[in-house]
Amino acid sequence: MKAVSPKPLPRRFHQASWDEPVIFELSQPGARGVLIPPVEPAILQEVGNVTATIPESLRRTTPPPLPEMSQVHVLRHFARLSQENLGVDLNIDIGQGTCTMKYSPKVNDQLARSPKLTDLHPLQDESTVQGILEVMWRLEQMLKEISGMDRFSLQPGAGSAAIYTNMAMVRAYHKSRGEGDQRNQVITTIFSHPSNAACAKVGGYEIITIYPDPDGYPDLSALQASVSEHTAALFITNPEDTGIFNPRIEQFVTAVHEVGGLCVYDQANANGILGITRAREAGFDMCHFNLHKTFSTPHGCGGPAAGASGVSAALAMFLPTPTVEFDGHRYYLDFDRPHSIGKIRPWYGVAQNILKAYAWIMSLGADGLREVAEIAVLNNNYLLKKVLEIHGVSAPYAKGRRRIEQVRYSWEQLSSETGVHSEEIGYRAADFGTHYWTSHHPYIVPEPMTLEPTESYSQADLDEYVAILKHIADEAYNSPATIHTAPHNSTCHRINQASYDNPDEWAITWRAYKRKVK
Amino acid sequence: MSRNKPIVYPYIPNSIPANKEEMLREINASSVDELYADIPEGIRFKGKLNLPEPLLAEAELVRHIEGLLGKNISTREKLSFLGAGCYQHYVPAVCDEINARGEFLTAYAGETYEDKGRFQALFEYQSMMGELLNMDVVNVPNYDGFQAAGTALLMAGRITGRNEVLICGTIGRDKLSKVCDYIDPHLKPMLLNYQPDCGMVDSADLKAKISAHTAAVYFENPSYLGFIETQAAEISEFAHQNGALCVVGVDPISLGVLNPPIEYGGDIVCGDIQSLGIHMWFGGGHGGFIATRDDPVFVMEFPSRLFGISSTVVEGEYGFGDVAYERTSFALREEGKEWVGTASALWGITAGVYLALMGPQGMVELGESIMQRTAYSIKKLSRVPGVKIPFDGIHFKEFIVDFNGSGQTVKSINKALLERGIFGGKDLSFEFPSLGQCALYAITEIHTQADIDRLAATLQEVLR
Repeated sequence: MKAVSPKPLPRRFHQASWDEPVIFELSQPGARGVLIPPVEPAILQEVGNVTATIPESLRRTTPPPLPEMSQVHVLRHFARLSQENLGVDLNIDIGQGTCTMKYSPKVNDQLARSPKLTDLHPLQDESTVQGILEVMWRLEQMLKEISGMDRFSLQPGAGSAAIYTNMAMVRAYHKSRGEGDQRNQVITTIFSHPSNAACAKVGGYEIITIYPDPDGYPDLSALQASVSEHTAALFITNPEDTGIFNPRIEQFVTAVHEVGGLCVYDQANANGILGITRAREAGFDMCHFNLHKTFSTPHGCGGPAAGASGVSAALAMFLPTPTVEFDGHRYYLDFDRPHSIGKIRPWYGVAQNILKAYAWIMSLGADGLREVAEIAVLNNNYLLKKVLEIHGVSAPYAKGRRRIEQVRYSWEQLSSETGVHSEEIGYRAADFGTHYWTSHHPYIVPEPMTLEPTESYSQADLDEYVAILKHIADEAYNSPATIHTAPHNSTCHRINQASYDNPDEWAITWRAYKRKVK
Repeated sequence: MSRNKPIVYPYIPNSIPANKEEMLREINASSVDELYADIPEGIRFKGKLNLPEPLLAEAELVRHIEGLLGKNISTREKLSFLGAGCYQHYVPAVCDEINARGEFLTAYAGETYEDKGRFQALFEYQSMMGELLNMDVVNVPNYDGFQAAGTALLMAGRITGRNEVLICGTIGRDKLSKVCDYIDPHLKPMLLNYQPDCGMVDSADLKAKISAHTAAVYFENPSYLGFIETQAAEISEFAHQNGALCVVGVDPISLGVLNPPIEYGGDIVCGDIQSLGIHMWFGGGHGGFIATRDDPVFVMEFPSRLFGISSTVVEGEYGFGDVAYERTSFALREEGKEWVGTASALWGITAGVYLALMGPQGMVELGESIMQRTAYSIKKLSRVPGVKIPFDGIHFKEFIVDFNGSGQTVKSINKALLERGIFGGKDLSFEFPSLGQCALYAITEIHTQADIDRLAATLQEVLR
């Protein structure tokens, strides 16, 4: 028998392509997916036709025109759609930079699916929910240690909700000191996550954005020129979305504190600094973590996620209500918090993700967390070296310096030499079974690409990703038409996007589509 | 077995010492510490984090976590009548099957070219919600019903250019807390009085408070306290006459039997999708929806992502993508509409699966079943001595049980019920002190006649 040839790099990928109709097209009149338990005759006898008592204007007379499908067809349809989706489980998911696409351990998903969690109601008597309250309390203690902050709320539904929570506490703090109206400005940096600016704007603040200095670091003199008695807070991501750690972060904090402002540390990019540097040592008053990024809970196509807001002791009174407390014997919820900003979401947080984050930390411990950080940074700097060997790509800013856990690259040279844009490189990357993210607006870095390799990928994984980029870069110079017409091996081919911005043509539901198509 | 060799972590492929060394050599670094050169010494954390000893083996971890979870007693083990925004509806197996698939569970923010499945599934979710609501525009889920209400009101403020909102007085106090914080300083919230005998909006108060500043009148159907607001059409007409929008909070599971709010004048409809095939998860199962007509004035005010359908270069192939992306904070930072971020997409996919399983007939039968069981519960409980059921209107799945005549507190009654294996309804005495000792009970399709009879008999015993 002839030996099978070694596998080529990049691999010969082809995504599943079921050519699946939109679900309404699968409807078969009369089909049923699940049945409802019949109402007992005695109930019917007692109450009669209840729906007939609904006033006419409030009674639905025509059943909602949902698809009618047998159970197996519903399952098959969505199972097929899932195959047309690229989870971390399937790919070397380092191309969604800033997203910290790490392995979400399966065991934690299984544990969270216990009916002892799925079927808990948040209003149950505390004696019946001691287990989950203990998990919440324990996770808070861990996050306190990891950040150096004094208290945490696990209530926010995700990272941006945690930023919003911190903003609401900043507002409550200044209001409590009679400076609510005076302090009407929030300072952030352009490479901080956009939600820092956007959440502060929702809170009524004027936004001042600091740009990088010529070396690529957040501009300290611009910050110093911006602070004043109007400064409510600095909201800053560090390391920034460029993977650059702000080496003057202490001076930033000092400048803001000197004018009476608060400092809020966006730790969405904490994966490379666990056990290395903390919000406490950097002098911050508040911080937040994304449990679905740094602490491994799965991203769920964009949630449910979980955020954690941490504060210094002086600000603890403003935390959302309730907090989880332990009196040495039992765990309980404390609602008696008169200075609290109140509720950020229903109940107490995304409990299943709180459990998964707790389990993840428990599986690693202090040494393991440090290993996570160090390998994430090692992987990133290894990737940086390999990527820069490709012709046409650069890593703007902080020339010659090491990066923390990610890098924002630029294909400016390749683009000017070939006419191929970063966005198209992303389309072509899909042909090799991987994600690729061009980064948030505004595009300060021309033709950007952000890669974040986390700790979950091996050297061989990183080499494979680099081989994909190298292959695409070569195509850009030698056969750009392949890229201009990509993707070829994905489920989906080049989309006609014009309708998305045209109110006469956009269709956000199937009923709108049916109405608008000619 | 002792662990004195370097640990190779199963979740960290490059924790193999030889790999680390090779990679360090490759990047010309003598140690990992060198890579942290930009972090000033003064802010380095010295020493080792004080965390519990790890449970490195998966088997150890499972033992520990199951031990913790074992301290919980769930609604599967006891008979629960808790609701108040989080509901024990039946979750079909296919819902869990789909949202547990790694392809969906572990994906995130890819483009349609890698993640078409997610885009199509969420477009279908929007579309099925659109049929339920008779509206053409539904968002990719935001966090929860609280967030949806806050954003719906801010949208109304931006659309009308006005700065006050009138909110029904029976709104849950947690939701009110979130909404008030969220709309500050853009909108001033004003609570509307409710009629003491039925809970419905006091129209005289509405007339007194509405003005040229009113951006929106907000009410809920079914209300937080379970009754149906039958003056819905009058309220929305009155809002419109005064140049305000009508914003309605709705539990989507009621829409097999209740008319969608657009039929009685709702302009922006919002709510929570936890009812639709999502477990309670101790409060972790929420997702928010907002729906409007297909009017660009409304569409352009959504902060959320809106997935649209289009075509591709291949004949017969659908494409999906972001409609009007240039309104979001992803595109415009603080100049975008509020903000958008990771929220509850997987629950959107799950709710889509649920609606497809239920179909038109399922939603009708489900709504009828819930209303009949609720009506039966009201009848049964109202016969228990010491118990009254106030708010004598029509109820969907929740209703108030008034224990003021029993001489006991809800707290003590719930304690006695718990001893008998029943989770009694939510104590309203803190939230609505004017009601005295009242509790909010929730009934769904999972409550059998025997369950309800048992509740009535147990209450009778407890109150004797």
